Amino acid sequence: MRGAFFRALLTLAERDHRINLIVGDLGFGVVEEFARRFPDRFLNAGIAEQNMTGIAAGMALSGKIVFTYSIANFPILRCLEQVRNDVCYHNANVKIVAVGGGLAYGSLGATHHATEDLAIMRSLPRMVVVAPGDPDEAEAATQALAAHAGPCYLRLGRAGEANVHSGELDFRLGKAITVRQGHDLTLISTGGMLETAVQTAELLHQSGLETRVLSMHTVKPLDGNTVRAAARETGAVFTLEEHSVDGGLGGAVAEVLAESGEGAFTFRRFGLPSAFSSNVGTQEYLRSQHGLTAEAVASAITSTLGKNSTFAATTG
Amino acid sequence: MPCMSLECEQSAALARKIRLHALHMIHRAKSSHLGSAYSMADLLAVIYSRILRIDPQNPYAPDRDRFVLSKGHACAVLYAVLAEQGFFPKEWLQHFYQDGARLAGHATHVGVPGVEVSTGSLGHGLPLACGMALVGKRDRQSYRVFALLSDGECDEGSTWEAALFAPHHQLDNLTAIIDYNQIQSLGTVKEVLDLEPFAAKWKAFGWAVREIDGHDYAQVENTLTKLPFEPDKPTCVVAHTVKGKGVSFMENKLLWHYRSPDANEMALALAELGDGE
Repeated sequence: MRGAFFRALLTLAERDHRINLIVGDLGFGVVEEFARRFPDRFLNAGIAEQNMTGIAAGMALSGKIVFTYSIANFPILRCLEQVRNDVCYHNANVKIVAVGGGLAYGSLGATHHATEDLAIMRSLPRMVVVAPGDPDEAEAATQALAAHAGPCYLRLGRAGEANVHSGELDFRLGKAITVRQGHDLTLISTGGMLETAVQTAELLHQSGLETRVLSMHTVKPLDGNTVRAAARETGAVFTLEEHSVDGGLGGAVAEVLAESGEGAFTFRRFGLPSAFSSNVGTQEYLRSQHGLTAEAVASAITSTLGKNSTFAATTG
Repeated sequence: MPCMSLECEQSAALARKIRLHALHMIHRAKSSHLGSAYSMADLLAVIYSRILRIDPQNPYAPDRDRFVLSKGHACAVLYAVLAEQGFFPKEWLQHFYQDGARLAGHATHVGVPGVEVSTGSLGHGLPLACGMALVGKRDRQSYRVFALLSDGECDEGSTWEAALFAPHHQLDNLTAIIDYNQIQSLGTVKEVLDLEPFAAKWKAFGWAVREIDGHDYAQVENTLTKLPFEPDKPTCVVAHTVKGKGVSFMENKLLWHYRSPDANEMALALAELGDGE
């Protein structure tokens, strides 16, 4: 996703001279091309995220479209008040980009786990919150955010993720993408869990359950119509995110469903507990520790739906 | 300080007017921060009447000078000077801090022409001003950026992040003015978190620094008409001021960071400042 983001940003910057990139002294090996091609629109603010964000707002209020870039929680939490007051309150045209959302930096430890970012960012007025599901979505999201006049948060994975989509991508902010049709249940995923969601649907298909898979790349504003339709049409809604189950995608979907008046349906969130991970390990390892593999999710879904199927992992 | 020039007389008259406005506003609202407003009233009078290149009829002109009030809690005199300069009707001042009013108790840009940015939480103004100044430099624009800071908000790390940034990027179109009244929320600056040697700190960070008497109209004007002090360096003016300046019983009193004047204090203050609104 990181590569897709920079590809899109470079293309946008060629066309629109208002686009600026500010980094918080991070991005070794990936920000250099932008810096070389657009030196007057690149800035390394140093390891000073509060100042970086205030500067971004000041530049945006002077007519620029400013992307701030750092890893994990750094561009949002240290400077949360600058994000709220300087960016959101002023409706400043600032796009905050965090690479390494979720457990992407798993082995680096809990300081580098961005696992509450969606909840925090989606609570801010005016903030558009996007977590693309694959590199194609990341590229489309970058274009869409640049075209949106106002504050945005873009949560990226790392580098080297596989593309889940094939063919033309219909990416619109605030509109879920139906990745797979199904009538027995709906699995809504955000961010890099999309691939797992699709794998989960395939496993469930093998046991006779047809899953509607939605890529909810925009967590705010949430596509409530599509969520309500899923509950109405499939009777069971599950959410999947590499994020705390408190307040993220699952929380946002629960809010919509609780007020939906759709009657009886099954609902369950898959994500991380509200806890600091005590294990050391890669993203893949930590996901497996928290039941965020296709096999674990498929088993939990069948169990929730009163069917007894278990799915064994086919690969390590 | 007696005036020796017409310009000085005009600044003094404006300062008196905005002190009177602020007194009535804060009394009516039963709000705080009169002392913080008064320490910078003379600075604002000079800055708005003599220094800034701004047009009340065109408050969002792209080439306007930007003034960022970082100590947003002292906004009463900012609103007052903006009203006096014609950015919005003086009548708005009557409703400061009231239910349904436009003018909030901290500097608020929404629907208020002339207020460049909203502030209130401290330590936000200088980074915002740096962003504006950076665009001005890179795009070779003529506007200048001024940020007025309190001494207390120099406790904030974000202020010093920006203090490192501006000299590094040679933002000589940026001027930070510090209202060094030496009193913050719960005590003197010296007691709470000593800033000294203060001017030396800014100098060491790479700013061109001057210390002035923030109540000497001629000195304020002379200083701010010679910007930048040094090419390629941002300017820092440490303005020595008196909290509550202008009303004897408020001067240098921590109490007047928070106290709202009662009827008796209003009468005394009005007598000292002279005249009504």
